Amino acid sequence: VLALGERPVNDLVAALELAQPQVSKHLKVLREVGLVEVRGDGRQRMYRINGNGLKPIHDWVSAFERTWSARFDALDAVLEELKEKEIGDDDDQ
Amino acid sequence: MTTTSSDKTKVTLPSDTRIQIVREFDAPKRLVYRAWTEPDLVRRWITGGYGESKLFEVDLRPGGKWRHVMVMPDGQEGALHGEYTEVVPEEKLVHTEIYEAMPDAPPTIETNLFEEHDGRTTVTTYLDVVDKATRDMLLGSGMMDGMEVAYTMLEELVQSL
Repeated sequence: VLALGERPVNDLVAALELAQPQVSKHLKVLREVGLVEVRGDGRQRMYRINGNGLKPIHDWVSAFERTWSARFDALDAVLEELKEKEIGDDDDQ
Repeated sequence: MTTTSSDKTKVTLPSDTRIQIVREFDAPKRLVYRAWTEPDLVRRWITGGYGESKLFEVDLRPGGKWRHVMVMPDGQEGALHGEYTEVVPEEKLVHTEIYEAMPDAPPTIETNLFEEHDGRTTVTTYLDVVDKATRDMLLGSGMMDGMEVAYTMLEELVQSL
């Protein structure tokens, strides 16, 4: 919706077919992570996409995923060692 | 469906009660399976650098038990245990998992599928839980809620660009 340009919150409510408090909550989250920007325009608040905000979302991974990712990176190291050991064993034969 | 990825590990949520984790390894599945099942090897990666693995016991057969004791960075111990329900060497493992601090909680069921292609191995892991609340707890944060919302919004944004 915001791709079309800057919009007041009421337009977003209408377009997303969600209740206003829900939309506000979503916008708050998006604003906190820098995906949208807001500016006051009289009594209305105008929202727009912050293109630069799309990058940080990659960094914004859950603790869960970081755990598994770290785990598997450690497994990579174990596998490298097993592979080297196998090659070494082959050389011995 | 929510999708996130950091580096090569892909976490997706195919349903309210399932977490899917996919990762490719640069090794044949023969070796990946060994690293996945031999206690001395498992202990070297399972904590992912968060704390240390103190004890890891596995009786790798259907009906066989396993138990893992970890020491967290703050010095506290945490233990998990469960039972293998399916063991197909180098193909598939299914086991239950109970966090001993919450012994009455229904166990998580973990499935690991090993697929080799051109000397590389993709491991698909499913974590199946009883309900969405448990899943979200596993995912470990209120942050995930925010992330889910953000990703849904992001998908909509990207689709409309």
